[in-house]
Amino acid sequence: MSDFEPKVVAFVCNWCTYAGADLTGTSRIKYASNVRIIRFPCTGRIDFMLLLKAFANGADGIIVSGCHPNDCHYTSGNFHAKRRWIMFKELMDFMGIDMNRITFSWVSAAEGAKWADVVNTTVTRIRELGPYVSYKELVNKSVEEEVKNE
Amino acid sequence: METTRKSIRKQSLEKLYNLLSASRKVYAPVIAPDKQVEYKYNPDFAEVTFEHIRSTLSVKNVVFPKVENLFFYSNAKTESTITDIDLNKIPEIVLWGTHPCDNAAFDILRSIFSWDINDEFFSKRFEKLVVIGLSCHLSDEYCFCTSVGLTPNSAKGSDILLSRLQNGDYQAEILTEKGNGIVTLSPELFEPISGEEVTVTEVKQKFNHEQVTVKLASAFENRFWIENSLRCIGCGACAYVCPTCACFDIQDETKGKNGKRYRSWDSCGFGLFTLHTSGHNPRQVQSQRWRQRIMHKFSYMPERNESLGCVGCGRCSSGCPVDMNIAEQLEALQNI
Amino acid sequence: MNSLITRAKELLENKSVQVVIGYEAGPTSVARPAFITDPAKAGTLIYDERCVQNLAVYLTKPEVKHLGKMAIVATLPVMRSIMMLISEQQIFADSIVVLGISADGSLLDIADVKVMQGYIEKSDLGNPEKYKELLAELNKLSPEERFAFWQKELSKCIKCYACRQACPMCYCTRCTVEVNQPQWIPVQSNTHGNMEWHILRAMHLAGRCISCGECGRACPVGIPCHLLTMHLVDQVHNYFNVYAGTSEKMSSVLSTFEPNDKESFII
Repeated sequence: MSDFEPKVVAFVCNWCTYAGADLTGTSRIKYASNVRIIRFPCTGRIDFMLLLKAFANGADGIIVSGCHPNDCHYTSGNFHAKRRWIMFKELMDFMGIDMNRITFSWVSAAEGAKWADVVNTTVTRIRELGPYVSYKELVNKSVEEEVKNE
Repeated sequence: METTRKSIRKQSLEKLYNLLSASRKVYAPVIAPDKQVEYKYNPDFAEVTFEHIRSTLSVKNVVFPKVENLFFYSNAKTESTITDIDLNKIPEIVLWGTHPCDNAAFDILRSIFSWDINDEFFSKRFEKLVVIGLSCHLSDEYCFCTSVGLTPNSAKGSDILLSRLQNGDYQAEILTEKGNGIVTLSPELFEPISGEEVTVTEVKQKFNHEQVTVKLASAFENRFWIENSLRCIGCGACAYVCPTCACFDIQDETKGKNGKRYRSWDSCGFGLFTLHTSGHNPRQVQSQRWRQRIMHKFSYMPERNESLGCVGCGRCSSGCPVDMNIAEQLEALQNI
Repeated sequence: MNSLITRAKELLENKSVQVVIGYEAGPTSVARPAFITDPAKAGTLIYDERCVQNLAVYLTKPEVKHLGKMAIVATLPVMRSIMMLISEQQIFADSIVVLGISADGSLLDIADVKVMQGYIEKSDLGNPEKYKELLAELNKLSPEERFAFWQKELSKCIKCYACRQACPMCYCTRCTVEVNQPQWIPVQSNTHGNMEWHILRAMHLAGRCISCGECGRACPVGIPCHLLTMHLVDQVHNYFNVYAGTSEKMSSVLSTFEPNDKESFII
């Protein structure tokens, strides 16, 4: 498993975490290059289905990050997101989907160092967990199912 | 081919099953831990049930899978390539222990899939299908095969039809060349008939389907449809468990540059089934969809395909969450 | 159930309502929903242990609404569904007459929403006992075992959407699975897509499910999909201390928030 490079997808809000990640770069802080950042207007816009699609398309880990509570550009988007994350996490746990592979965090535009830390700890953790084989198997098996009559 | 009758002992049946199972795909009914009867490919003979009334789902998926790829495509800069499905890869499937209603359904499906153009996917699967049927020695209140021109031991659709004898052995009617092909694999298992009586269940006739068809011709605007479909919640359960429902949806699924076109089961019970792009929906309410379901099976199909679209298996009624009982409704329709 | 029949007849005779939604016996052993519009036919109404379907699903069905003002035979889950539908502004409290049925099967006098709320608040609002055990058993399994369990169950799904159609809270005229830009859920049925569908359904019912178990009962292939929404009922109560369908003023858990909502996993 030594040559395993985790694929991590980060869903971040435009106003805080994306700016924070920008600051990480301008501050010349080095961090794991395994992360692919996708920018959203707000954490409130990050539909849980997007996370499932990330796993389905080969992500080994996911980061979801936005403004700290009370800092939302739209006042309450992150509060709504927080409740949704709580429910999503509980449902995923109940279905046996590995929540150790998803990091939820609040990273402000001033927290360039924290962003590097969030990414690095996530990547390290995923590296230990290895590729998300069971989910990939589920997706592949489903493709095979269609043709099993052939 | 002329039908021949043989008898086969229970132990020989096991030998026959194991012989078939070792060399090809055998689709046989088993009772799942949750008591539902489901078909599985090549289960152990010990698991195979001979005591089931009906499986939850029909076996139409062997000729009309719930999802079937039609072709694959890939898009390059200026041109697209299409890869067809290799239909020769479709394996022979032996259906084991399916009841006469399910076996009769294959001919109905054939009449649908070859009505105007010949559906090559269906035809190939149908060609590769061998049916070892099993007459019913059990039935329940949902069964109504006798109302749609069948009986619990009709041979229609079977290549070999097994019927239980009073002593626990089976009678085997060898009906087709395909059936004969199975016999020749191990002819010593098939013995001359002993004169023992077969055990067949009795299914009460609930309605006369010819009269229903006559009545339906002038029942399109009847209040009946509205009054009797109020409780229908518009799910697709009846169509999906039905052995003769053949409607499908076609979708493209693209991922990057590659994709596939597939078809999957659809149901006329869904509101979206007839929705036009313009927003107009010719079947706006559930009563129209319920009418379509019955009309299609008992009026349009007799006219167009010269066969009923129903085999009386009773799955739609036993599987319905709100007890839309089709036999009861047809009985009522006969008398309107 | 004479008092129910008398009451239904009375309502239809004095034209307080145009239709009574209740249960009747069918030709088989199961009871089925009935729509009584003629007072002379009120006698066919029954109520016994076979009457399990959640009738509230019909309150938003256009064909039934078309009949006029409705009275509905309502057990606790139905009353709670009605509460939810009122709070989500799908029906109006004064347009429905509730023929409440108590846990022991007798007719309740539910004069208005306040009375109904009082009755609901006095009742046991958690998941029904028979499902609590199943939930506890599943929760005892390891995550891998749970993943395997749900894969096995959901591989059976045929996407007939009976779970959705039977649910009173799934009243959208166009469900998200019927939208194809984006196509969140594949049209075809396969284990992975089925799992995505059931996750989506459970998430959309988080904080709105009233534990009637109708989705699982409706499933023709016997997937215990009600356990997914019921697990979230427990979790909603655990985190936010509310049960759905207890007040006409209640907003759904996932469309509201408290600044001090507690969690322990966001870094």
